[in-house]
Amino acid sequence: MEQFELAEVVERYLTGEMNPEEQRAFEEMRKNNPELDQTVVEYHYFLEQMGHYGEIRRFKSNLYDTHHTLQESGEIKELPLTTGTRIVNMWNKYRRVVAVAASIAGITALFISGMMTIFTPKAPFRDIEELRRKVSNLEKQSSNQRAEFNKFKTKIAPGSDVKFGGTSFMIDPKGYLVTSAHVLKGAKKIYVQSIQGEDFLAEIVHQDANADIAVIKINDQDFQSPKQLPYGFTRIQTDLSEAVYTLGYPKDEIVYNEGYLSARTGLEGDTMSCQITITANPGNSGGPVFNKNGEVIGILNARQASANGVVFATKSKNIFHLVETLKESDKDINIKLRNSSSIKGINRTQQVKKVQDHVYMVKVVLG
Amino acid sequence: MAITEQELGLFKAIGNNDKGAIEAVYKENYSLIQHFVINNNGTEDDARDIFQEAMMVLYEKSRLPEFELTCQIRTYLYSVCRRLWLKKLQHSRRIESQVENFDRIVQVEDDIEEHDKLTRQYQTMRTAMGKIGEPCKSLIEAFYVHRKNMLEIAGFFGYTNADNAKNQKYKCLVRLKKLFFAQYKNA
Repeated sequence: MEQFELAEVVERYLTGEMNPEEQRAFEEMRKNNPELDQTVVEYHYFLEQMGHYGEIRRFKSNLYDTHHTLQESGEIKELPLTTGTRIVNMWNKYRRVVAVAASIAGITALFISGMMTIFTPKAPFRDIEELRRKVSNLEKQSSNQRAEFNKFKTKIAPGSDVKFGGTSFMIDPKGYLVTSAHVLKGAKKIYVQSIQGEDFLAEIVHQDANADIAVIKINDQDFQSPKQLPYGFTRIQTDLSEAVYTLGYPKDEIVYNEGYLSARTGLEGDTMSCQITITANPGNSGGPVFNKNGEVIGILNARQASANGVVFATKSKNIFHLVETLKESDKDINIKLRNSSSIKGINRTQQVKKVQDHVYMVKVVLG
Repeated sequence: MAITEQELGLFKAIGNNDKGAIEAVYKENYSLIQHFVINNNGTEDDARDIFQEAMMVLYEKSRLPEFELTCQIRTYLYSVCRRLWLKKLQHSRRIESQVENFDRIVQVEDDIEEHDKLTRQYQTMRTAMGKIGEPCKSLIEAFYVHRKNMLEIAGFFGYTNADNAKNQKYKCLVRLKKLFFAQYKNA
């Protein structure tokens, strides 16, 4: 008897699915065959553990769902921070602004007093006018300065070999993003750029070339984590023909595209991915694929060169899998994937407005 | 303190993984635990983790026929959370401030020890599941965790009939069993 056939017989015996006659015959065999007896004992323990495992998983998922439901209905609220922390937080948040304001004020004051010493001894009439012009010049200068500060100067050193790699999106407000592993190939440094155009330094946490997923973490003091992500992640298989949409950076600006699920498997029947009919271009790799409820169903990663509009996406269950593996291997990594989307039920345009803030361009500096 | 019938019913329903009961207990007790954890150097995430772990302990106890609830669910949960949180604080050597007192606490050390044992068993299986790879993992989860029948599974994974899916399931099961016992011996 093959191993797997034995497994079936033993399971049927242990779950009491055998008829009395079969059962008697099996017990007779057990008595006469110590090896079989041992196997049955092993299976008994193993299946019992499997049963517990299933029960715990079901209970945990119910707990998780309940927490989200109550949080969404407002019956569970986050506690406000205590006063001390709030002030520290405000200081952290506005430290830059304060520094910029103070230095502009300082420069202006020095400049004016400098002008004063230069121009005061001379004939008063014209100089006053000139001084006024200078001041207004100065004002322009400092407002330019301000504008520059607000415009988020790029942090990437000039002359670096930047390859605009692709797209990534946030999976946890603590700054964890996922993208396609192939986007990061050969990367020495990784930057992600938000929709506002601000660059953040990021580092690779984990990559799985097999599933073509990588987790990166923003490691930048200027990054302010959002309170909560508007979208969730679903393990449930999407139905054929179901509408999907994606956001990505095939050019310097975020681009929206929509399509539908055309096959449940990817290239050559790959069950880890699925096939979508959508317009995608180089740079879309690593972008999220959402269903109509605004739940992430996958990550765009490739298109078929020989066919038009045929695009493949890694299924989101691979994200769950990766996150679970990470949790096991490293206790410090605490990624929580939301199960439900708070944008469910609102129209597409509104969904996209909420989602786009969490989709980032990946810029890879090659080593 | 007398325990009401309603309380006992709720306790039993938790053991049956009843969504309504979970929600009721959650609503009733979460903010208490949240305040406790956050006022003792914890974060919002810590509060949720500790509360959910205590709910697991409650669930495990409820499934034991010999366990008898001798105090209110609220007291029990609070006692477990308190113990768990203290353990965690000591473990991570965070500044340990005087943990605030509460009028009624029951002894839960043994229960938590029991829970730790179950958690280790759960993790053994989880690690084995993590190593088995796809499609085995999804197939086995669909059957044993999500309790789908073979016909549904066949449709879901694209097998032509339930028998093929079943054969595949048993092949996976044989592999998982090997991984599980390898893990079991290591632990």
